[in-house]
Amino acid sequence: MNIEEFIEKLEEEFDELEPGTLKPETSFRDLDEWSSMHALIIIALIDTEYDVTLNGDDLRAASTVEDIFNIVKTRVA
Amino acid sequence: MNACIKAISIYLPEQQLTNTQLCEIFPELEEDTIYQRTGIKTRRISAPLEIGSDVGYSAAERFFEEHPVAKEDIDFLFFCTEGLDYKAPTTACVLQNRIGLPKTCGAMDIPMGCTGFVYGLSLAKAMVETGLAKNVLLITSDVPSKVIHPEDHELRMLFGDAGAATLIGRSEDGANIGDFVFGTDGSGFEKLIVNYSGAREPMTKEWLTQYESADGMKWGKMYMNGVDIFVFAIKIVPPLVNEILEKANLTKEDIDLFIFHQANGYLLNILRKKLKIAEEKFFLYMEDTGNTVSATIPIALQEAMRVGKAKKGDRILLAGFGIGYSWSGTIITL
Repeated sequence: MNIEEFIEKLEEEFDELEPGTLKPETSFRDLDEWSSMHALIIIALIDTEYDVTLNGDDLRAASTVEDIFNIVKTRVA
Repeated sequence: MNACIKAISIYLPEQQLTNTQLCEIFPELEEDTIYQRTGIKTRRISAPLEIGSDVGYSAAERFFEEHPVAKEDIDFLFFCTEGLDYKAPTTACVLQNRIGLPKTCGAMDIPMGCTGFVYGLSLAKAMVETGLAKNVLLITSDVPSKVIHPEDHELRMLFGDAGAATLIGRSEDGANIGDFVFGTDGSGFEKLIVNYSGAREPMTKEWLTQYESADGMKWGKMYMNGVDIFVFAIKIVPPLVNEILEKANLTKEDIDLFIFHQANGYLLNILRKKLKIAEEKFFLYMEDTGNTVSATIPIALQEAMRVGKAKKGDRILLAGFGIGYSWSGTIITL
């Protein structure tokens, strides 16, 4: 898995985001569109695509897109 | 001797809380977004003094109007609500008298929340199949609106009030209630909880004053950690479904319809995709009622039968999960 592909999938899930909005260093909670629902969307996406279930603490510990990607990367079997 | 579900009646309080009304109360919300996030368009809200057992009583009243069943024939009552009348006596005793069930009837509360209907079915099956009772009335009624803070839009958009009365008795045809899978993880008890509702956290003057504008939140206040509950559900429900199938020696293809606790439409769709269940075999019915806690499964089941989605002889997999954390499931044959 690579981060470009990961970002592409995230942007597809958030239909209100213009493609190219997310960068590895994007602090996702600072996005105007960010809501608690997006946390659920991210968890569900990662669960379906990578078979890794993040929890609330994982997301709280992450601040950028790359942080999330790295957590997923270390847990992918 | 097999036990089976004989009949169901539903009671929905009159007052509604629509997405349009929610957007008027909370201007930051949008109707489309609420629907997309929850799969809900409107919910029913009980009258100010209409509590759990009142809603349950109305469901029972409706039951005896709608079905040719005599009250004298009921020999056990299970009452499931999170909003009991008193800490003692059990509300089921109060209801036995109010409904007019015979004095020879046993009565017991099972305040299990989201899993209440499935847990109730397991107890009713056990009573009937061991000959301890012939006709068990299971009333599952919840009024979550009573413990939701008026400013909590997350919870107000999700939950609604409703009651269901279900009769479980001896099967005379092929209908039955299958084996059960149960699970509990009490480490999650604080993730979905009604705070200040019991002996661990007795109501204080400070609490009542703090929520003065919300009538004191005197029945307690519901708290939900949405993210953690969501993660719990996507972790626990797929293995629960697989265990139910395994125990029954069946595959997904043998099941005619899947009815899960109608927790949240968005979550249910994720679970459906994760389990690779075809859309036409997965019953979603919460648009007009919301998450009614222990009443969601009987409401959905009755609707599925009404619209012909569930027919005589069909195998239906039921799965309950949530507060506790607790979970349970079975396969019923209509």
